[in-house]
Amino acid sequence: MKLHLRVWRQASRQSEGSFVTYEADGLTPNMSFLEMLDVVNDRLTKEGQEPIAFEHDCREGICGSCAMAINGEPHGPNAGATTCQVYLRSFQDGQTLTVEPWRAKAFPVIKDLVADRSAFDRIIQSGGFVSVGTGQATDANAIPIGKGIAEKAFDAAHCIGCGACVAACRNSSAMLFVAAKVSHLGLLPQGQTERKQRVQKMVAAMDAEGFGNCSNQYACEAVCPKQISVEMIARMNRDYASAVVDQI
Amino acid sequence: MKLDARIPAGPLAEKWTRFKANVRLVSPANKRKYEVIVVGTGLAGASAAASLAELGYQVKSFCFQDSPRRAHSIAAQGGINAAKNYQNDGDSVRRLFQDTIKGGDFRSREANVHRLAEVSVNIIDQCVAQGVPFAREYGGMLANRSFGGAQVSRTFYARGATGQQLLLGAYQALSRQIGLGKVTMMPRHEMLDLVVEEGQAKGIVTRHLVTGELKTHAADAVLLCTGGYGNAYYLSTYARGSNVTATWRAHRRGALFSNPCFTQIHPTCIPVTGEYQSKLTLMSESLRNDGRCWVPKAKGEQRAAVQIPEGERDYFLERLYPSYGNLAPRDIASRAAKRVCDEGRGVGPTGLGVYLDFSEAIGRLGESTVRERYANLFAMYHEITGESAYESPMRIFPAVHYTMGGLWVDYHLMSNVPGLFVLGEANFSDHGANRLGASALMQGLADGYFVLPYTIGDYLSQQKPRGEKTDGPAFQEAMGATQARTKKLLGVNGRKPVSEFHRKLGKTLWDTCGMSRTKKGLEEGLAILGGLREEFWKDVKVPGSGADLNQSLEKAGRVADFLELGELMCRDALEREESCGCHFREEHQTSEGECARKDAEHSYVSAWEFKGEGKPEVRHTEPLSFEELALATRSYK
Repeated sequence: MKLHLRVWRQASRQSEGSFVTYEADGLTPNMSFLEMLDVVNDRLTKEGQEPIAFEHDCREGICGSCAMAINGEPHGPNAGATTCQVYLRSFQDGQTLTVEPWRAKAFPVIKDLVADRSAFDRIIQSGGFVSVGTGQATDANAIPIGKGIAEKAFDAAHCIGCGACVAACRNSSAMLFVAAKVSHLGLLPQGQTERKQRVQKMVAAMDAEGFGNCSNQYACEAVCPKQISVEMIARMNRDYASAVVDQI
Repeated sequence: MKLDARIPAGPLAEKWTRFKANVRLVSPANKRKYEVIVVGTGLAGASAAASLAELGYQVKSFCFQDSPRRAHSIAAQGGINAAKNYQNDGDSVRRLFQDTIKGGDFRSREANVHRLAEVSVNIIDQCVAQGVPFAREYGGMLANRSFGGAQVSRTFYARGATGQQLLLGAYQALSRQIGLGKVTMMPRHEMLDLVVEEGQAKGIVTRHLVTGELKTHAADAVLLCTGGYGNAYYLSTYARGSNVTATWRAHRRGALFSNPCFTQIHPTCIPVTGEYQSKLTLMSESLRNDGRCWVPKAKGEQRAAVQIPEGERDYFLERLYPSYGNLAPRDIASRAAKRVCDEGRGVGPTGLGVYLDFSEAIGRLGESTVRERYANLFAMYHEITGESAYESPMRIFPAVHYTMGGLWVDYHLMSNVPGLFVLGEANFSDHGANRLGASALMQGLADGYFVLPYTIGDYLSQQKPRGEKTDGPAFQEAMGATQARTKKLLGVNGRKPVSEFHRKLGKTLWDTCGMSRTKKGLEEGLAILGGLREEFWKDVKVPGSGADLNQSLEKAGRVADFLELGELMCRDALEREESCGCHFREEHQTSEGECARKDAEHSYVSAWEFKGEGKPEVRHTEPLSFEELALATRSYK
């Protein structure tokens, strides 16, 4: 199997980037997309060229490191999967693939396919937690939580912080990411005390990082590897409105 | 060298309580004068950094990933053990302690393991308070499942992503402290050396992975929470970035490395499919609650799994270990799978695979219940193999998953280098020769939330805060050594990419120091590795410079350390002339092919001392004494 690659190469944050074409040959359909990049990189190394920089770590769809768009689609063609979970059987022999980093003002490109997503960490630091110190907990079963609520909270908490939602959005909005954390903690009894401050702080931090607003296109939901629902955004908007009204 | 584990006096069940009552403290007003470096942000590192900052210490936290949330604890699937006995099925601290000692084949320290079992209950409380969405029953109470090596249900879980949820809990606690300015977070920083000043750990050298800047950082104590070294095998269930560099560099600075040959091979992973493969994917042990392992009774069976009649199937774990069945511990289950494949009864294109079959569970519970329990694992299996495990059995095979070995630590989790503490998978302390499922998460969080915050005070209370100055000779020497090494890696300018050396190292270790080991094999392995290390320094090709993001350089440094470690793993396996847990020396087995332990000669923890470049390492031992549990032959039959 053979693929033609057009890969974004950019030396550093300051420099201009461009697409460079590579031929990938001798592939098999059971290879993962990232394994194909490994093969290309080993060849480039042997030829004395610098390999393509890309982020990856767990290679099983949970760490959220891998972050690239394949033919314009964040994480490639498979629904509910990260880039590392894309296998070459998803492509045709001889196909041309354009591979790019996330494109968003709040995610500046550092090198090649590597973007800086530290804005997400700063949003969590602004309030994406329950303020409980080590040793302050009561017995775990002292807080009964209905199975349905626990499942919904898990659906929200399953976000891997990859940033595909931002990359897919025409406004580079981080609403799905922020709403997932607001919903996870806001659904649970443990998160109630800080519920209103939390949503306000996190939305303020999101705005300060330069992410755009939501205009209800739902592209984020479509590309989310954990298939997090835009219902989370509705819940966040409700919490935010109620928090603001409380202050009047 | 005399190794003093500093185990408190008194009856086993009271040791930790007594320790806490008598430990020296640092007053609240003085805590802020002490700096603590925490390397790694997995369960152990994030929980320790957050807890220490809450106490008032000044914390600097480092990780090589772009965000602390990406540490590989995130990938743990199945669950976390705790002796809560919410199921009323006879669990207790005592029983979790016993199961862990037995599971580790009597090669761990009783006092450490008992403490782990004691604090396990606090972990669940803490995580729930943070908002970790554990699975629940309809009445709102916490649900449990069973894991290998236990006859009770004590495993708490969040679908098949328990590690993710626990890590996000710790990450959020850490993020809160970062937001409050109590933790300085330095992502994309890799630790490349330890600074030992007048015999004490006082700092580290890091490389900023984007700018390439090398920098020294000073502190009053250094915590290594940097995980395991299973990536030495190249193919493993570890993240691609997981590496031994932090602990290996500390080892070269004097910290003893214990039991390096104790590596866990997990029975249920997706089999290897080709040469290019970069990673093996685990299928959680929780699947063995409902999945049944089998191979055809006949050699060379060609029919598809579903066409093989019941009577022609060998449910080998149920046959060999009837009282634990499919929930036999990992080392035992892996060896059994290897044995049936060696007999020519393995399945799949390579013959290196066994079936994990859910048809009985789907018949008993209905597909929707099975889906609810394992949907994400079945989806992962489908993505990788293109096959549906609802329709035909999964094919699985053992793969490297965890390392029980690590830096030697005492009861305080301090290494033999004063001021250097080691937490989580990076230390050797709690799992002996085999770790039980769902106990890694428990240990990481126990160390970080509930053990280290007590023990570090005992050390710091005896130290004067040293301040942030990094101009002393120890710092300059470590900095110089790191600069020289980086230059050397870039300067070899050979022909082969790093991955070629890593693959060969991995294959050698898998063949000689894997599921089954022999004297002859290990000696051959050592000879190959010696040559490979030499070749690496003559022929590796590291393109680019040290002054920006250079992933080839990162990999080269890590593989260079793995090459040195690989030799130590083989030597440790060679000198442990017995079989125990994961360490199966073919020369030492029972007539039934089980481990034959040699307690009189080998009931010890090995602790290797680095003696300088090119010199053989020296092995010390810490004898293990079992006061509470009688040394018994481990049986799961």
